[in-house]
Amino acid sequence: MTEMALNQSTVERPPAPPRSWTASRIWGHAFVALWALIGIGFVWYLATSWNPELVAKYGPRYWSGLKVTVSLVLSSLLAGAVLSVPVALGRLSKNRYVGALAYAYVYTFRGTPLLAQVFLIYYGLGQFSNELKAIGLWGFFRDAWNCGFLAFTLNTAAYQAEILAGAIRSVPRGQWEGAAALGLRPSFTFRRIIFPQALIVALRPYGNEIILMIKGSAIVAIITVYDLMGQARWVFSKTFDFQAYLWAAVFYLIVVEILRNIWAWLEARLTRHLNR
Amino acid sequence: MDNFLGLLSFGAEGWGDEIASGVWVTVSLALATLPFGLVLGFFVALAKQAQEPSLRLAANIYTTIFRGLPELMTLFLIYFGAQIGLRQLLILLGFETGIEINSFLAGMLALGMVFSSYASEVFLSAFRAIPKGQYEGGYAVGLSYGLTMRKVVMPQLIRLALPGLSNLWLVLLKDTALVSTIALSDILRQTGIAARVTKQAFFFYGTAFLLYLVLAILSGLVISRIERYGQKSELAR
Repeated sequence: MTEMALNQSTVERPPAPPRSWTASRIWGHAFVALWALIGIGFVWYLATSWNPELVAKYGPRYWSGLKVTVSLVLSSLLAGAVLSVPVALGRLSKNRYVGALAYAYVYTFRGTPLLAQVFLIYYGLGQFSNELKAIGLWGFFRDAWNCGFLAFTLNTAAYQAEILAGAIRSVPRGQWEGAAALGLRPSFTFRRIIFPQALIVALRPYGNEIILMIKGSAIVAIITVYDLMGQARWVFSKTFDFQAYLWAAVFYLIVVEILRNIWAWLEARLTRHLNR
Repeated sequence: MDNFLGLLSFGAEGWGDEIASGVWVTVSLALATLPFGLVLGFFVALAKQAQEPSLRLAANIYTTIFRGLPELMTLFLIYFGAQIGLRQLLILLGFETGIEINSFLAGMLALGMVFSSYASEVFLSAFRAIPKGQYEGGYAVGLSYGLTMRKVVMPQLIRLALPGLSNLWLVLLKDTALVSTIALSDILRQTGIAARVTKQAFFFYGTAFLLYLVLAILSGLVISRIERYGQKSELAR
C-alpha cells in the first residue's frame, strides 16, 4: 500500500492545462485590480497629505477617542450582560405576564434605532432637568457619556437577553432529564450542564454583538461624546481635511478585524472538543 | 393632553405634517435601498462562491470593509468623500462651482452597501444549503446555467434566505435614522426640529421612538405574511 502511494507521488504528471480567460476570471481580475487601485490611491492620498504638524496636534486626540470608544463599549457590554440575565429568565419564564413583559422590553429596544434611543435619553430626559435635580439624578443625565452608556446598556441587554435565552433553549431537553435521572438538583444542573453548553452556542452571536456595539457606538459622536468618531468629526470641523475621517475609518477597521480574529480563535479553541 | 394633540396636528401650528413627511422619507429611503442592496448582495454572494479565486478575493474585501466600518462612518465617507472628490474633479476639469451631493442618494448608496455586504452572507449560506444535486438535476433535463438558476435554484434560495433577509430589512429600517445626520429630513430629524422649536424634547423624541416601533411592527406583519406564503408553496410541492 505504501509502495503504491510512493509510486504515485513520483509519477510524472502532465502539466495542468493553462487556465482559460473565462468571463468570471476577467471580472475577478478587474475587480481585484479596482480594489488594488483604490488601495494604492488611498495610501497615496494619506501619504502625500501626511502633515507632521497636524499629526502632532491631533494624533493624541484619536488615541483618547479610541480609549473612550473602548471604555464605553466595554462598560455597557458588561452592564448589559448583567441586565440581560433577568430579562432572559423572563423570556424563558412559564409565567405569561413575565414572559410578555420581557418580550415587550426586547421588542422595543430591538425594534427602534439606537440613535432614537440615545436622543430620547439625552435630549428627552434633559427636558426634565428640574425634576431630575430634585431627585438627585441630574448629575448622571447631564453628562452625554452617561446617557450614551445608559442607552447602550439598555439596548445591548435586549440583544444579549435574546442570545442567552435562545442558547439556553437550544440545549436539548434530554440534558435536563438526564441530569434529573442522576439525581442532580436543578440549580446544579443549570450551572454545570446546561449553561456551559448554552454558552458555546451563544459564543458566535456574542462576538457579533460586540462588533455591532463597537460600530454602533460611533453614534454617540452626535451627542457630543468625543469617542473615535467624535474626535474625527471635531478634527474635520477644524481642518476640513478629509483624512480626519479616513484615519478614524482605518482605526475602526483595525479594531473590528482584531476583535473578529480574536473571537474566531477563541471559538475554535473553546469548541476544539466538539467534532463539527 | 390637548396641548400634545395640538402639537401633533396637521397645519401651521402642529408638527403632524412635518413628521408625516419624515415618515415618508424614512420609508421611501428604506424601500429604495432594498432592491439595490438585494441585487448587489446577490452578486457579491455569487462572487463569493465562485471557483475563480480573484473573484472571491474581491468580494471578501468588499464585505470585510463594509461590515467592519460603522454605518455612520460609511455614510460620512460617502457623503463628504463624494462631495470632496467631485469638487476636485470639477476643479481639474476647470469648473469652479460648489457642489452639493443629494443626501438621499448618499444615504441610499451607503445603506445599500452595508445591506448588501450582510445580505451576501445570508445568500451565501442559503446557496450552501441547496444540494448540488439540484443543479445537476437541472442540467440533466437540459436546462442552461441561467435557467437552472432561475427556475430551480432561485425559488429555493429565496425561501431559505427569507428569515435572514427580513432581519436585515429591520436593521436597514433602523439604520435609516442615521441619515438625519446628513441633513435628510427623516423621522428623527423632523421630530428633532420640532423638539428644538417647542422645547418638548421628550414628547417629540418619544413620538419618533414610537413611530419606528410601529414601522417595525408593520414590517413584521408583512414579513410573516410573506413567510406564510413561502411555506404554503413548500407544502404544495
